[in-house]
Amino acid sequence: MTFNQKLNAFRTILTKEFLRFIRIWVQTVLPPAITTALYFVIFGELIGSQISDIDGYKYMDYIVPGLILMSVITNSYANVVSSFYSAKFQKSIEELLVSPVPNYLILGGYVAGGVARGLIVGLVVTLVAMFFSNFQIHSIGITLLVFLMTAILFSIAGFINAVYANSFDDISIIPTFVLTPLTYLGGIFYSIEMLPAFWQKISLINPILYMINSFRYGLLGISDTDLLTALSIIVIFIVSLFSFALYLLNNGIGIKQ
Amino acid sequence: MKALTIKNLEKTYKNGTPALKGVDLEVNEGDFFALLGPNGAGKSTTIGIIAGLVNKSAGSVQIFDKNIDDDLAGAKSYLGLVPQEFNFNQFEPVIEILVNQAGYYGIPRDIAYQRAERYLKQLELWDKRQVMARELSGGMKRRMMIARALVHNPRLLILDEPTAGVDIEIRRSMWKFLKTINQQGTTIILTTHYLEEAESLCNNIAIIDHGITIEHTSMRQLLDQLNMETFVLYLDNNVKDLPQCLPGCELRIIDDHTLEVDLEQQSSINMVFKTLSDHGIDVLSMRNKSNRLEQLFMHLVDKNRNNLELAQTLQDAALRKQNDL
Repeated sequence: MTFNQKLNAFRTILTKEFLRFIRIWVQTVLPPAITTALYFVIFGELIGSQISDIDGYKYMDYIVPGLILMSVITNSYANVVSSFYSAKFQKSIEELLVSPVPNYLILGGYVAGGVARGLIVGLVVTLVAMFFSNFQIHSIGITLLVFLMTAILFSIAGFINAVYANSFDDISIIPTFVLTPLTYLGGIFYSIEMLPAFWQKISLINPILYMINSFRYGLLGISDTDLLTALSIIVIFIVSLFSFALYLLNNGIGIKQ
Repeated sequence: MKALTIKNLEKTYKNGTPALKGVDLEVNEGDFFALLGPNGAGKSTTIGIIAGLVNKSAGSVQIFDKNIDDDLAGAKSYLGLVPQEFNFNQFEPVIEILVNQAGYYGIPRDIAYQRAERYLKQLELWDKRQVMARELSGGMKRRMMIARALVHNPRLLILDEPTAGVDIEIRRSMWKFLKTINQQGTTIILTTHYLEEAESLCNNIAIIDHGITIEHTSMRQLLDQLNMETFVLYLDNNVKDLPQCLPGCELRIIDDHTLEVDLEQQSSINMVFKTLSDHGIDVLSMRNKSNRLEQLFMHLVDKNRNNLELAQTLQDAALRKQNDL
């Protein structure tokens, strides 16, 4: 395939993925906005008003970065895992497998679709946050970088989950039992400095903690972790997971007999 | 030039089941080729390997000038596949399915729309272009898969039972369409359980059974092997006694108004009519009892199975003898 043909193939996968979640926006874009609004009302307004400031920020403002990033994580993951597993389930993945499109473009196309949903949902949640909180951006560059890299990372993770999934139950196990606990324990609602020393150390092995804190740095200028360490961890995860996902595709694991 | 060359293709699944034990196949460019075999013979596995959906265990596959081991993408670009099972997103509109498929081959969206329009019109699906795929009837879904397989203008089209479950009217319109694109230069490989379909469409034929090629020849040569045909005759009047027939012909009474006649290839059916007429028996109508290719197919498959059983028996006997020693 020539470069232009590859570009057309990539654009096709991305367009298909984009139209897929936009067509069902009531199920894909609206629920995170409602959920986040509820978080702001309950944790921010009702409970948060009883909590003292953290690092000089009102509790409502403190939880904004974590809530935005949580929606990016869950939606980019959910988009790819459900879309790719559906393609496997309906066998429509064969449309791609019989075509000459390279595997890295198949992976790239699905990841781009997940990133698109993560970013759109993230923007919607940001709009909701602007309504409830004193929204501010400390560093637009860091904010966008973490926003984008987190979406890429969890889109790839969703892809790997879909490759191994053999039933619709399998695509909800990781989000329920791994992703959600790690996200909640990643410092959305609290600073790890509030934890006992032992639990602070345990928290440091949670990669999502680094993402939330670097994103919080981008928006508020405060973080529990070192920014460079956090960005390095995200990059290492992206490269490792992308390589692994490509290996799965190249060997037809989970998709070929 | 050969459109497809398969040499000693083998496939053993992870659970140890051997699906292909050495399939050899050659299909000429421009051919309309029948790939036949009973259920589980290995046809779909062979097609899956050609299309890149199944990993082979051994052997080689070449599509035109591209070997799938050296240039899989190049080989795939020559190929259009209509699989046995529906394999499209049920929740996408028909036109989107076609345009996306073209996109995967690198075709720009505007050209993809033009091609989708052309093939959907030719296959009488244009008015269904915005309908969700799941809302189409079975016959429409099959035709949509043919349109989808053609949207990148493949040089080799493989159809795995494209007319399964399709009514006779649509089946015949599909035959006409396939003949037309074959005449326009597309090489076609067809698997089907309707042997009448293979006989009427295909020039050459291969039969696979138990993962090996048991016959690979032209349709004419294969049919020439058959030296007898059976006809069913429907009579105007009751028949109780049969007249003596000439050599090369055997008559049987089925019921009061029906006879069956086995007729050797060199014998004339006129002779049968004349003999019956001389005995006051008038024939109202007549039909072939079974399709000619069907008879041959069953004969070859049975022969292969007998050979396999014989080989197994000999192997068992040899093992027993070895144990006794």
